[in-house]
Amino acid sequence: MKKLLDNWLVQFLLFLCVLGLTAFITDAIGDVLPPYLLMIGLFIGINLIMALGLNLITGVTGQLSLGHAAFMSIGAYASAIATVNYHVPFLGGVLIGGLVACLFGIVIGFPTLRLTGDYLAIATLGFAEIVRVQFTNMKITNGAIGFLGIQGSTTFPIVMTIAVITLVLMVWLENSRNGRAMLAIREDEIASSAVGINTTLYKIQAFAIGAFCAGVGGALFAHTTTFIQPTDFGFMKSVDILSIVVLGGLGSIPGTIIGAIVLTAAPEILRPLANYRMMVYGVLLVIIMIFRPYGLLGGVNLRQAVRRAFMLTKKKQAGREE
Amino acid sequence: MLKLENISVSYGAIKALHNISLEVKSGEIVALIGANGAGKSTTLRTISGLEKPPNKDSKITFKDIQIQGALPHKIVEMGLSHVPEGRRVFPDMSVYENLLMGAHIRKGKPDQGDFDRVYHHFPRLKERIKQLAGTLSGGEQQMLAMGRALMARPDLLLLDEPSMGLAPMLVEEIFHIIEDINVAGTTILLVEQNAHLALEISNRAYVLETGEIVLEGLAPDLAQNEDIRKAYLGE
Repeated sequence: MKKLLDNWLVQFLLFLCVLGLTAFITDAIGDVLPPYLLMIGLFIGINLIMALGLNLITGVTGQLSLGHAAFMSIGAYASAIATVNYHVPFLGGVLIGGLVACLFGIVIGFPTLRLTGDYLAIATLGFAEIVRVQFTNMKITNGAIGFLGIQGSTTFPIVMTIAVITLVLMVWLENSRNGRAMLAIREDEIASSAVGINTTLYKIQAFAIGAFCAGVGGALFAHTTTFIQPTDFGFMKSVDILSIVVLGGLGSIPGTIIGAIVLTAAPEILRPLANYRMMVYGVLLVIIMIFRPYGLLGGVNLRQAVRRAFMLTKKKQAGREE
Repeated sequence: MLKLENISVSYGAIKALHNISLEVKSGEIVALIGANGAGKSTTLRTISGLEKPPNKDSKITFKDIQIQGALPHKIVEMGLSHVPEGRRVFPDMSVYENLLMGAHIRKGKPDQGDFDRVYHHFPRLKERIKQLAGTLSGGEQQMLAMGRALMARPDLLLLDEPSMGLAPMLVEEIFHIIEDINVAGTTILLVEQNAHLALEISNRAYVLETGEIVLEGLAPDLAQNEDIRKAYLGE
């Protein structure tokens, strides 16, 4: 059984099955759920895609980036221009959004990734501001008025399928040679270069893949809201995505999923509180960080935890039988 | 095997190394001894490319190829591994994963032979393959850092203060292992504050003082040298 799972063809077929199943189930859910809940689900998916990208940059490789919204906006505008002005089909537009964002990730990565920690954070922040101002002043993006008339082509099954693809690729990457090199860079950059890891290459790789995810997320976002403006992608948006990653647990993929669900759903669940909504939301963040300083699933080895829980129930059963 | 000519390195206005020239021949253990801040670690960091390329007339030759200014990972690929000061293992990775990272320069499946060779030198690591490196004792971390470097199958191993912060018993053990590694065919350039032990296991030695080489020679001769005995051996 284990040997069978090692075969890449079996893995690929399994992957396709999971994708088909996701599309089928989410399609069925889409028919049943009221539009409001469906919309929340859709945004959970979009946020998850973007947060998984940032998790690779900040969680796995350890490079603090405050510019994720910039890549998102690049993806959003690129895809919107592609589908509206050049009549590219929707999924093609999403791909273009991802690729353009990825390209910018690489271009920005080369000069900034010599910096580390706080300095990198400030540099990416500056980059995000430049991008935002640029979009405000460009003709093709319709400046501050915003880009109108994008088709609302994004659907719940499409978002969820792309989210699952991202998820599977991230898990696969994290367990690959490249993923281990990225983890090593987070652990100790000097030791990493001393064992022969090309640190610049892997940091830029992480940046490029992370930016691609953000671009795809941005493209899906643009085709959900049908209207985008530069203020949608301000500093707060970057912080929102970073919060998902940190609150879930830096470097933890299950944590990022939980984070995306909690932080996307919480503002909606708290809506009855009216004016106190964002205040309670903030308090919630503070409380979670006090009780789980490494994030909800930070430092939790899920495989081990499940095994332990399983053993415990087995022991209990054995105890009962005696 | 390794030759340094006219190496000068500065940190800002402070000169850390001043016209250093030294040589390591194939199969040797060469020690670089000196007090704190003499420039020993800087020398190693410059060789392995962790420090920025030095002055223009400097030359670092490894296996007859000039490597000054080359990127660190390229130098590792050529067969020169550096065990940095303070061990620097990957704390949240297991012992096995740390060793696996050591073999990073070779793509594809890891070679069990590499692991076996490391376990042969460091049987203690084998007992702890699943343990997180950050929870190992100082001595074990030093062993892991050395084992990790060996995973790259280096021809020349740079060791930076392997005795730092270890109990005397452990230091003896580590130095025996260094001798074993050398006998097994790896050339070693060793930086040490513990001049006594370093001179005991090495063939030749250089004495570094405030960025300059003040003395060089065969290790047994230096161990007998009056000045050395006064300055570094505490006699």
